[in-house]
Amino acid sequence: MQENNKRRIYADNAATTPVLPEVVEAMLPIFYDNWGNPSSLHEEGRRAARTLETARATAAGVLGCQPEELYFTSCGTESDNWAIKGAAYAAKGRRNKIITSKIEHHAVLSTCEALEKEGFEVKYIGVDQDGLLDLDELRREVDDKTAIVAIILANNEIGTIQPISEIAEIAHKAGALCFTDAVQAVGSIPVDAKELGVDMLSLSGHKFGAPKGIGALYIKKGVRIKNLIDGGGHERGRRSGTENLPYIVGLARALEIAQERMGDMRRVAALRDRLIEGLLSIPHSRLNGHPTKRLPGNVNVSFEYVEGESMVLWLDKMGIAASTGSACSSKSLDPSHVLLAIGLPVEMAHGSLRFSLSHANTEEDVEYIIAATREVVEKLRRMSPIYPGA
Amino acid sequence: MVYSEKVMDHFMNPRNVGEIPDADGVGTVGNPKCGDIMKMFIKVNDKGIIEDVKFKTFGCGAAIATSSMATELVKGKSIEEALKLTNAAVVEALEGLPPVKIHCSVLAEEAIKAAIADYYKRRGIEMNFTLSEHSCCERECDRKK
Repeated sequence: MQENNKRRIYADNAATTPVLPEVVEAMLPIFYDNWGNPSSLHEEGRRAARTLETARATAAGVLGCQPEELYFTSCGTESDNWAIKGAAYAAKGRRNKIITSKIEHHAVLSTCEALEKEGFEVKYIGVDQDGLLDLDELRREVDDKTAIVAIILANNEIGTIQPISEIAEIAHKAGALCFTDAVQAVGSIPVDAKELGVDMLSLSGHKFGAPKGIGALYIKKGVRIKNLIDGGGHERGRRSGTENLPYIVGLARALEIAQERMGDMRRVAALRDRLIEGLLSIPHSRLNGHPTKRLPGNVNVSFEYVEGESMVLWLDKMGIAASTGSACSSKSLDPSHVLLAIGLPVEMAHGSLRFSLSHANTEEDVEYIIAATREVVEKLRRMSPIYPGA
Repeated sequence: MVYSEKVMDHFMNPRNVGEIPDADGVGTVGNPKCGDIMKMFIKVNDKGIIEDVKFKTFGCGAAIATSSMATELVKGKSIEEALKLTNAAVVEALEGLPPVKIHCSVLAEEAIKAAIADYYKRRGIEMNFTLSEHSCCERECDRKK
């Protein structure tokens, strides 16, 4: 297999997705004609305000909530920060405990760590070998001092989908709030805020065909949390800052398209299963994450005796965009906390590869990824001093 | 993170990969937990010149590139000259490394020294230099455990 600069296979949709042409089309008129400030009294402002509320209604419709329960933010990280800090500060003094998991995204983990430094007690619930939350441990930990239970809906690295409704029930029994980081889930699986029974839910536009720089937080009616961003009283006084109307319209359009295409996710899941099967036919490999309760596009496989960054660099050279949980590709030099939480030995965490597929991927892509990965793994194993077959 | 062209060249086309079955010195440094292991083989002639050098490395792009460059820098050199190899020289020859990858060059320097130490031991020569006990594992991944 030769290096091919012409063909690119993008299999890193969990990192970000290309903006859909339909989304760009929906956004352009907002830049050109409908550029008013929704807070203004004049015609330009009123027109923008109408567009804003239409977009909010569209997005809320897809997410199974009321328009007034949906707040636009700048990104998923802001939504995560707001939900957790907002709930913690609102409950301070009465309930000082925060419960989360060991496999959260850094947007949640670092937020919890920051609150820990401020004096809040944080419990990190463990997961089983497939990445499913230990519900017994959760039941033991949730008490009348718990302000919020924050659990990721679908994990960004290993794709495992948590039983969030059950988790929400456990939280509510103790009078605690339940928040789910649904950044990876929205757009990939049906996400209905009411059905999930959570109090708050975060999402990020660029994970499903909207641009970067736009996110949202669902806050159930009646749930009181502190503001993170104060100012001119936008978003019904809860999240200030002039509304980013073109991006909000883009986010709403992308949600609509994701809903329309949800049926096609069955095809993506079949591609995922074929990719998993093909990669596991390479010796000394293992699947990370749940075999069935996983995102339709997520594939995470570890290869023994090789290191992830090397694999990603070679795959890139061969036209494939993938990622790894290896320490060597991160800024911290620590291997993925998610892979360690599922009990993967550090050596195997270093040898992990993640492919995240989308609608745009084909069977041909998957076969090419399998062949290229096999070649790369063999190439690197031949020069690995720890490979027993060498 | 961006690697220099030179790093990418030595990663994609590593020089001196392999083993020397009748090597005069073999050194291994690193730890699979850290994510990198380097094994160096040297063949030394009667005049104390490193006639041949080969390596095998498990690790990231920088680990492979620094191994490759280190072998290039000591090949044909005397043992004394090879002992003067510094990680900074490896970094310079590679036209730079990202800050988080500097430890790879340290590992490469130590791998060469470990192979020479083994050569000295086999010949019964007293060592006039010291080997770092921990090599790369003074790093974050180990410190946090």
